[in-house]
Amino acid sequence: MSLHTLTIHELGAKLKTREVSSVELTEAVFARISATEERLHSYITLCRESALGEAKRADERLKARGDNSPLLGIPIALKDIFLTRGTLTTCASKILGNFVPPYDGTAVKKLKERGAVIVGKTNMDEFAMGSSTENSAMAVTRNPWNLDRVPGGSSGGSAAAVAADQSIAALGTDTGGSIRQPAACCGIVGLKPTYGRVSRFGVIAFASSLDQVGPMTKDVKDCALMLEAIAGHDPADSTSVPAPAPAYASFLDGNAKGLRLGLPKEYFIPGMQPEVEAAVRQAVRALEKNGVEVVEVSLPHTEYAVAVYYIIATAEASSNLARYDGMKYGYRAQGKDLAETYFKTRQEGFGPEVKRRIMLGTYALSAGYYDAYYLKAQKVRALIKRDFDEAFRKCDVIVTPTAPTTAFKIGEKTDDPLQMYLSDIFTISVNLAGLPGLSLPCGFDGDGMPIGLQIIGKHFDEATILRVAHAYEQATEWHKRKPKL
Amino acid sequence: MTTTTYEPVIGLEVHAQLLTESKIFCGCSTRFGDEPNHNTCPVCMGFPGVLPVLNKKVVEFAIRVGLATHCEIARYSRWARKNYFYPDLPKGYQISQYELPLCEKGFLEIDSGGGKKKIRLTRIHMEEDAGKNIHDIRGDYSLVDLNRTGVPLLEIVSEPDLASAEEAAAYLKILRAILQYLEVCDGNMEEGSFRCDANVSVRPAGARELGTKVEIKNMNSFKAVEKAITSEIARQIETLSEGGKLVQETRLWDAEREETRSMRSKESAHDYRYFPDPDLLPLAVDGKWIAEIQASLPELPQARVERFVAAYGLPRYDAEILTGRRDVADYFETAVKIHPNAKAISNWVMGDLFRVIKDRKLDDALRIAEWPIPAAHLAAMVKMIDEGKISGKIAKTLFTEMLETGELPETIVKEKGLEQVSDAGSIESAVDQVIAAHANVVSDYRSGNEKVFGFLVGQVMKATQGKASPQIVNETLRRKLASA
Repeated sequence: MSLHTLTIHELGAKLKTREVSSVELTEAVFARISATEERLHSYITLCRESALGEAKRADERLKARGDNSPLLGIPIALKDIFLTRGTLTTCASKILGNFVPPYDGTAVKKLKERGAVIVGKTNMDEFAMGSSTENSAMAVTRNPWNLDRVPGGSSGGSAAAVAADQSIAALGTDTGGSIRQPAACCGIVGLKPTYGRVSRFGVIAFASSLDQVGPMTKDVKDCALMLEAIAGHDPADSTSVPAPAPAYASFLDGNAKGLRLGLPKEYFIPGMQPEVEAAVRQAVRALEKNGVEVVEVSLPHTEYAVAVYYIIATAEASSNLARYDGMKYGYRAQGKDLAETYFKTRQEGFGPEVKRRIMLGTYALSAGYYDAYYLKAQKVRALIKRDFDEAFRKCDVIVTPTAPTTAFKIGEKTDDPLQMYLSDIFTISVNLAGLPGLSLPCGFDGDGMPIGLQIIGKHFDEATILRVAHAYEQATEWHKRKPKL
Repeated sequence: MTTTTYEPVIGLEVHAQLLTESKIFCGCSTRFGDEPNHNTCPVCMGFPGVLPVLNKKVVEFAIRVGLATHCEIARYSRWARKNYFYPDLPKGYQISQYELPLCEKGFLEIDSGGGKKKIRLTRIHMEEDAGKNIHDIRGDYSLVDLNRTGVPLLEIVSEPDLASAEEAAAYLKILRAILQYLEVCDGNMEEGSFRCDANVSVRPAGARELGTKVEIKNMNSFKAVEKAITSEIARQIETLSEGGKLVQETRLWDAEREETRSMRSKESAHDYRYFPDPDLLPLAVDGKWIAEIQASLPELPQARVERFVAAYGLPRYDAEILTGRRDVADYFETAVKIHPNAKAISNWVMGDLFRVIKDRKLDDALRIAEWPIPAAHLAAMVKMIDEGKISGKIAKTLFTEMLETGELPETIVKEKGLEQVSDAGSIESAVDQVIAAHANVVSDYRSGNEKVFGFLVGQVMKATQGKASPQIVNETLRRKLASA
């Protein structure tokens, strides 16, 4: 039996009965990484030594029993956007190429307290800006289902690692689809929780009003277990919500009977891959069989979402990224004076997409343009949110495709940023509205690439999303397929 | 040729450091004078991934000031990022308030040429302070100290209602007194806990339109503010009178050369790209809290002046000086409670005590706790004078002793034997001795030379080492001289 192919809940049982040890499991995961990493490049940093130490400690806790953490002894990968005390954290940027944080972020701290074993830090688009992980300054991550394809992004390394069994589960972040879109591309489950559900403290900020931390897992139950571990109020994050997180896994009974499922007509657009549409409609029918009622809903402001997003996200980013000046930490280029040192540091330290977004955001906030861009975008954002409020009067969850196409070829969209931005057309509105959204596999296209189904829920109603996702998963076998590597 | 007369129009922008224990968005200490970069953490150093958490005390202090200056307190205000690039600003932006500040539309009253004048406040908002750059230690680098980064500030902006440098100084003094009374700021201009920038323009007398505005920075004392504004008004009037044009700019006050010089023009002014800070929730303040703070406000300087005049019968001049600082006024009242001779205590405070405070450079803000003579000791001393236990002359000696030893006046008087001698017997024998020893003078007096009486009193005092009650000495001497 290959331990690395199992899920958190499957391994949990084996670890508790001490049929296997966390050290054995961790060794298995690293063996799998050794066998596949050269082809995939999922990771920026591997933490073999510290992981084995953590596994040993987890085994001691397991031996002592009485410890009910479902993550105890489970190898987990972290997107390289999470600050890890004493472990290199680059955000896939040259400007943080040598940055070793002095503290652990809240989500990381929670995972460590619950006994998780940190495998390593995964590749991503630089500062989470991208949809293919090609904007990494470190490496190009390949899709485990087809090495010529992208894994999606920006949490592409985490998605590839989970899909290829290089980790049992992973954490990602999602600002406009960066968990859900790569989850769809790699055929795994990815959840962006409600804004405010998981602390952002210790996560390198891209766009503060949109960023959210979430799990990337092999199935829905693992997703629920991971969310339980990281959710909840954090006094260090003023935008985290002071409400207890429910025991999400307890809602998974394989039954979604009586729930109303909304299908937004604006989400089935010309130009989307026909196989994607077919798979999503097929999934809806499967849920109908399970007793779900399907209603049509309308989200009329959907067409403005991408424009609104690229104003708000870049405006916030232009401010968030001002701190990288080469003085306090990170990369520093030497100039002949202070000003030149700053210029060269940022010129050499940031990649082209990051620079493009800093310039866009700076422009949108400038005197004379603020009202026309940033302020207008905020107003439209309120309308997008209102669309969802209206729709949710008629339904409990909204179902859409996660992305208009399956994973595209490496290099296919790198010269056309606008085409790249459209990869997130179905996921961006969810961030703008602060809602929770999950992607899970719902089929494969003719090339054998996975297709993602997005389930969007009401604010703080991750439980219902997980329940519907779990019911669908129980009725299908998609999540059991593995890429041939 | 006609000569235009110009009138100055001045508005002030004050930055007051708040006396909270910890910084505005993290738990670091606000202590002044520690080792560079000692009071720092990832949050105030702007590390990746950090988030601000608001210190509630800062809001409370800001509301106190807002209420004391008759502002409207916004139930809903917002934090904004002010983006600019500078080595002492580790995040590359300052968290401040912009479109929706906490306090708006207040006013202060100043004395102006015999009457009261209302100076309107545009707004008061909260923000974080920046760090400090330290230059010129070595030629090839500068140092940055982030201890001050994140120390809470209030920015208090006046309308352009001030018409002279004197009015500006009066406004600053009353504002500082209010902040000190509220115990939210120590008001030390030299250490930079109370900083002031001035917007100065001039216009033809009576004109309605405002002239070109110049911002003056780098004024580190009340004197500097007065001098800088006076000098800038003169410069602007001179420029206009000579047919020149003024440019909107920022000018720095050069204290040594006593003139302002240009720092940057409007064209090179920053575009701060303000936008609401997505890391902080809008600030909602409930009415109950505002009412609680209102109820807890102390008596403010202007009310205290009136009360000192009415309750203690003090001259207005005394009352204004004593209430200029809350600690001084408190000291005075503590003493008066123990011994209710207000005028005598006022004289001692404003005279001898202020002199000592000044000599020992103890007049830095709010250091009354370190004053060398506690209020109770001063009251006890005045009481001894009033009860005839010591003479006024001895009191001066006693005051110096109290200053040096920190002892109670009773103790010193006892130890040094400074009690006034009032018993008739011992004074009589001293008088007899003096009369006997100075027969010539005595006969001079008796033949009508009144002037020598003073000499004889002096001799008796000398014989009693200054401790005899002058009143009894006078009476006894006159009686004896007349009776023989």
